[in-house]
Amino acid sequence: MDLGAFAEDVGVSGPVTIAGLGSRGGAVADVRCVHAPGGIEWIQADEMIACCGAGTPVAELVDALAAVGQRVALPDGGTVGGALAVGRAGIRRLGDGAVRNTLLQARYVSAAGEVVKAGGPTVKNVSGFDLCRLLVGSRGTLGFLGEVIVRTRPLPAASHWFSATVGEPFALFATLHRPVSVLWDGATLWALLEGHAADVAEQAAAAGLHPADGPPPLPQSRTSVAPSCVGSLTGRFVAEVGVGVVHGDAPPRSSASPAVAELGRRVKDELDPTGRLNPGVHVG
Amino acid sequence: MSAIAADRPTASPVAAGLIDELRAALAPDRVHVGATELGLYKRDASNIEGRASVICFPLTASEVQACVRIAVAHETPFVARGSGTGLSGGATPLDGAVVIVTTKMNHVLSVDTVNRFAWVEPGVLNLDLSKAVARRGLHFAPDPSSQQSCSIGGNVANNSGGPHCLADGVTEAHVLAVEVVLPDGTLAMLGGEEPEPDGYDLRGVFVGSEGMFGIATKVCVRLTQSAPAVRTMLFDFATVEAGAQTVSAIIAAGMVPAALEMMDQLCTTAVEAYINAGLPVHAAAILLVEVNGLEHSVATDVERIVEIARAHGTGAVRIAQDETERALLWKGRKTAFGAIARIKPNYYLHDTVVPRRRLPEVLREVYAIAARHDLLVMNVFHAGDGNLHPLLVFDKREPGVMDRVHAAGEEIVRFSVSVGGVLSGEHGIGLEKRDLMPLMFAPADLAAQAAVRHAFDPVGLANPHKVLPSAASCGDVQHVPAGAWV
Ligand SMILES: Cc1cc2nc3c(=O)[nH]c(=O)nc-3n(C[C@H](O)[C@H](O)[C@H](O)COP(=O)(O)OP(=O)(O)OC[C@H]3O[C@@H](n4cnc5c(N)ncnc54)[C@H](O)[C@@H]3O)c2cc1C
Repeated sequence: MDLGAFAEDVGVSGPVTIAGLGSRGGAVADVRCVHAPGGIEWIQADEMIACCGAGTPVAELVDALAAVGQRVALPDGGTVGGALAVGRAGIRRLGDGAVRNTLLQARYVSAAGEVVKAGGPTVKNVSGFDLCRLLVGSRGTLGFLGEVIVRTRPLPAASHWFSATVGEPFALFATLHRPVSVLWDGATLWALLEGHAADVAEQAAAAGLHPADGPPPLPQSRTSVAPSCVGSLTGRFVAEVGVGVVHGDAPPRSSASPAVAELGRRVKDELDPTGRLNPGVHVG
Repeated sequence: MSAIAADRPTASPVAAGLIDELRAALAPDRVHVGATELGLYKRDASNIEGRASVICFPLTASEVQACVRIAVAHETPFVARGSGTGLSGGATPLDGAVVIVTTKMNHVLSVDTVNRFAWVEPGVLNLDLSKAVARRGLHFAPDPSSQQSCSIGGNVANNSGGPHCLADGVTEAHVLAVEVVLPDGTLAMLGGEEPEPDGYDLRGVFVGSEGMFGIATKVCVRLTQSAPAVRTMLFDFATVEAGAQTVSAIIAAGMVPAALEMMDQLCTTAVEAYINAGLPVHAAAILLVEVNGLEHSVATDVERIVEIARAHGTGAVRIAQDETERALLWKGRKTAFGAIARIKPNYYLHDTVVPRRRLPEVLREVYAIAARHDLLVMNVFHAGDGNLHPLLVFDKREPGVMDRVHAAGEEIVRFSVSVGGVLSGEHGIGLEKRDLMPLMFAPADLAAQAAVRHAFDPVGLANPHKVLPSAASCGDVQHVPAGAWV
């Protein structure tokens, strides 16, 4: 897709911000705002990849992929670019992996207003430094995503939520083979099992799980802890077992070490020397 | 860009004091300058030679810090080295570099079998880690063919893959954190056990940085549950195209096998002569397919895959009946390189990725290129990923043969990229493909990569002159050592 017009919008100087659908915080206030182009360029189911404008709503991509029996590991809501820029996974992370593993190639507009390509179009690729990893989670501070190629996966034959009452999550967790999601609120455990219907049923029965309507409602706030800490959480929470994402009450996090913070600053200075991209947004 | 008979970097006297300071910081018996050691460490498993001035064997992160600081103080480049099995010249020392070898940092530090991760030192060998956790029903998913000898640190630096990365992803997806000695000697923990640490994903960009962003001194790796059921199938085809089309058809049918490997006839014949596994040597191509998971899904997938292979004209269908037979089939795949040595004394292994759907035409072109250059080519590769490994076999004593090998190699790389593929799927860029980077990346793309390198290493002494062609790096000289064909 031609990103010339988008690059022109971003321009070469002056503060500029980018917004998708505003579902993840949206634009920086009082700064000139641009939008990435939307639209699905192509889906290659047999290659397990799809290419779209970063402004494409996640829902649009999800629907188009479902039509060819596939899906993408992005959380619901907002735009594809926004989901990647924020980089926070949905509750299927245990099975699907991190959002950062979804992005194979990005064409973005740099602080200098140039269209830059990072990564490559194949699932396997170690050609050069992997800037896609940096872009995911960078919240638009290193470059504005224009067009992305993402990795897709076949939809499973069966997908069901189950639950059980347990005061401790790890014993049950250990008996499940590659569950897609395991949630625990201190009293109840929910598990999402996928695959062949008979395998799903047998696993659930063997683990003493009962069919459930779906995951529990998630408390608003969201943070992450080492997964081994999940067993000792207190208060009101729903924790992702085996992952460490906690929705709700969680202990305060330690901040990045000075060396890491300094390295982060240097990366930002290199890629956006004047600090014009999403000014005021601090990653770190 | 044919073979360049570049000058060997001229020997310069080792900076005064460098060796003494290293000996004082480590221990005299872990700092080597003998001609034998320098010879041993002048290259990796590629044929690209450089020149080292001293080889260090640190035991701890603080010793690695000391090595780095001393090298930098003497304005001498330094190169991290694991097992030296890299194939792109990544660990080849240039300009009398200090080689920092991690082989003595080889402990598995801790294993969390509940949340399934382990902290390991960088010199731990890939297969040793999987063996150490096997009885807990776990393994480290990336399984390069070199897994008996390559190090986790090298896997991280090269973002290595293997046959089983089709379903489970390459190294990057299995690294939670890396403790790194940055090129200025400071120690930093990139990433962490928690899934979403604050800040940029410096961990992610460190993976695959080929020793140019610092030296990994500790790695937190994700461990994968081993599957209760595994089935390995072998199909044979009358044409390479039929085999390649079967690969695409399996994926298009919504299955992601654990592994999907292909071997062509020349390769199968060599392997069969070597291990006697009853491989179908009359077939133009054989396909090794492995599915794993829970019993019902495995049984269903086997049925559907056999059906697809039959529809594409497979001759025989062989399904490993027990673990011994399964191991034998895999041995065929994993010893291919050893077997090939019996045909011609030398080989050059290439590594590109192409879209799966283009495999038939790319393979046709690979054969045509080899024929044009009067070379023998064998193909044994990760077909499921579209990751080609054309293997040019030759006898380097034949006059002029190296020029043909290099010319053919470059044509293969160019063709792969021209059909929408990439330069390397697992071996990395190193020195080997450095000057081919512009085939894939425009100047602005390369400048962005150089900028990130500059953020990690402003001085540019961490494994310099690799990956980025010199226009995009800060170096002003072309350091192309003997053996390079870029
Ligand atoms: C027969 C054979 C088969 C192979 N098969 C495969 C395969 O299937 N898949 C695959 O991906 N690769 C394969 N390889 C390539 C190679 O084995 C991998 O790249 C491997 O990961 C390199 O590990 P190493 O310890 O030998 O690293 P080295 O060769 O020692 O180093 C490789 C690079 O990593 C850097 N490095 C090493 N340790 C560190 C560290 N601690 N911190 C920072 N940088 C470091 C070096 O500077 C260098 O740039 C194969 C090689 C051979 C010889």
